[in-house]
Amino acid sequence: MEQTMKISSSPHIRDKETTTNIMGKVLVALMPATIFGIYNFGVRALALIVITVVSCVIFEAAFQKMTGRKVTVGDLSAVLTGLLLALNLPPSVPFWLPVIGSFFAIIVVKQLFGGLGQNFMNPALGARCFLLISFTGRMTTFTYDAVTMATPLANLKAGEHVDVKAMFLGTTAGTIGETCALALIIGGIFLIVTGVINYRIPVWYIGSFALFIMIYAVASGRGFDVSFLLAHLFGGGLMLGAFFMATDYVTSPITPLGKVYFGILLGLLTFLFRIFGGSAEGVSYAIILGNLLVPLIERITVPKSFGKGAVKHE
Amino acid sequence: MGLFTFKGGIHPYDGKDLSKDKAIVDYLPKGDCVYPLSQHIGAPAVPLVKKGDRVLVGQKIGEAQGFVSANIHSGVSGTVKTIEPRMTVNGTKVNSIVIENDGLFEEVDFKQNVRPLDEMYREDVKDAIKEAGIVGMGGAGFPTHVKLSPKNEDAIDTIIVNGAECEPYLTSDYRRMIEEPEKIVTGLQIVINLFDHAKGIIAIEDNKPDAIEKLKGLTENIPNITVNAVKTKYPQGAERQLIYANTGRQINSSMLPADAGCIVHNIDTIVAIYNAIIEGRPLFERIVTVTGDAVHETANFCVRLGTNAQELIDAVGGFNIEDPGKIISGGPMMGKAMFSLDVPLVKGSSALLCFQEDMVSAVEPSNCIRCGRCVEVCPGRVMPNKLADMALHGDYDGFVKCDGMECCECGCCSFVCPAKRHLTQIIAGTRKQILANRKR
Repeated sequence: MEQTMKISSSPHIRDKETTTNIMGKVLVALMPATIFGIYNFGVRALALIVITVVSCVIFEAAFQKMTGRKVTVGDLSAVLTGLLLALNLPPSVPFWLPVIGSFFAIIVVKQLFGGLGQNFMNPALGARCFLLISFTGRMTTFTYDAVTMATPLANLKAGEHVDVKAMFLGTTAGTIGETCALALIIGGIFLIVTGVINYRIPVWYIGSFALFIMIYAVASGRGFDVSFLLAHLFGGGLMLGAFFMATDYVTSPITPLGKVYFGILLGLLTFLFRIFGGSAEGVSYAIILGNLLVPLIERITVPKSFGKGAVKHE
Repeated sequence: MGLFTFKGGIHPYDGKDLSKDKAIVDYLPKGDCVYPLSQHIGAPAVPLVKKGDRVLVGQKIGEAQGFVSANIHSGVSGTVKTIEPRMTVNGTKVNSIVIENDGLFEEVDFKQNVRPLDEMYREDVKDAIKEAGIVGMGGAGFPTHVKLSPKNEDAIDTIIVNGAECEPYLTSDYRRMIEEPEKIVTGLQIVINLFDHAKGIIAIEDNKPDAIEKLKGLTENIPNITVNAVKTKYPQGAERQLIYANTGRQINSSMLPADAGCIVHNIDTIVAIYNAIIEGRPLFERIVTVTGDAVHETANFCVRLGTNAQELIDAVGGFNIEDPGKIISGGPMMGKAMFSLDVPLVKGSSALLCFQEDMVSAVEPSNCIRCGRCVEVCPGRVMPNKLADMALHGDYDGFVKCDGMECCECGCCSFVCPAKRHLTQIIAGTRKQILANRKR
């Protein structure tokens, strides 16, 4: 009778998957793009990545410490935010810039809204857009092999010829992590296969975007221009955005149908921004805007519960 | 085979290898037996014996009160020691008949209860089932004779025997199917014959191919019984999911299986029906799996109801560690954590599952990251994350509006949650609160 036993309400077993594991898997999935970025842009890129990740972790820990909350940097989510932000920076930005970006991502976008799971906007993208608006020159100057040049998308917009193969392999100008479509697709497939993300958002995002681009190409007299399409798919931040940013759990719809709508919405917005916007790129803005609509999308896509409206069998 | 499943569900480690090859062993209690008068859904039974009375094995000691209630029979012979509130596995004290076991196991003459089946009218069969005190033995404990008396008997076209045994670690149904499949087939035929248009389905998860083969072999020449191999997935054996997997019909929480033309019985319940009708034996024993990593040996015992749980642990050589982390009555997904082993085994006790470590208290819940895993696995197709949120904010209207009452508390959402949030527990607690408020 003296024996003390632990009791709790069922279920009594738990899956092994944890938040930290999931974040870790996303980090692993980003490794091909990260390693390629460092190879492509040199030690400077590595330094930027380290600075961004470290400052994100420090800001998160410091904020939680100062506000008397439990410090949760061990869940790797700040590390992931830092890495994603770094991969979204041009390799030529000064070293203080990512620190400001990290502050905005972690403190303003994430912690002020309640921390992990509560932010309505992707922290890394929020910070990127903040930097893009605040430091437009620095954020839109791209160097490759020590030569400042336009990104392939900017060239494409200007009507110039682009090298689709180089865009696929990543040997072009751009932000640290976005240039190599191949590395990002490998990472994305890893995430889908390991069940970390669902296929719906990337597939509907990329698919609908491709469809809009083709419709535009045909309507604008280009005809069925496959290299134009591929340049749009492999150029800019589409792959990084579709596989790693749009699929951010916190800021994307949780419902299966909502993920489809969200993907199509992002495809449409990206298409509009890229083709009709002032800038050559539009993925970041598309996802940020999409994030804001997530609560509405979820509201109209609540799944029908099992047996709802069932009729009696006579 | 796409049909025999449902959307959602999980694949936990099933732990069945621990005990699936252990043949059923009769266990006769050594100590006193305790019979709570409420082991079923409905009104508690009233005692038919008083202190000092001598009772026999199979003697009715508790009488059902009203239609939704069940008789209670003694599993031992001996003397009534007392009738007093005793602790049950639920953690509540229930008025119970305590019988001092004389160890003789002297039985009442069961043969006098047996009548040739072809001389029995349907009502006689149902009466015999009621008399035998049979209730659903999967755990819920709904009186079987009530299930067999739906409003519209003509609408019943399918009798499903639930051999899914989707709860991890449990092997009692599996052993029954392997060792006594004939009783299951005969028991099912008895039930089928209670209805004009019914056919029978024995649904078994496809991780038990030998059981499927055995029952398929036995039913080969019986046109109105089919054996369906259903997909191995928890909660395949949940009533609503099982009906859907086998018939494609859906019911919600406000409907009964009979509304889908179905009646679902647990394997042990069907065997109890067989025992009652063919052998005249009322319900006074059941199979209990003793398993988990904290016991020296695992076993599938045929146990007299009323046996003290501690006796079964002793029978397998006790625990292999000093302080087991958790002991569960039933399976790990829907079973009840026990705070004491000094409780009797009752009609709904399917297993004693003993874990060295408690997986739940080892982890601390953190923020929801909205990964959507709970939504994906929910067999009720509701949004557990949203419901838990509303529950914690006291938004009961929103909870009901978002079909929170459709939750069957299967535990899938808590199981998968990477943030280790206690979703099922929060939702289950709120459902109880709302139901209680409605009664006020």
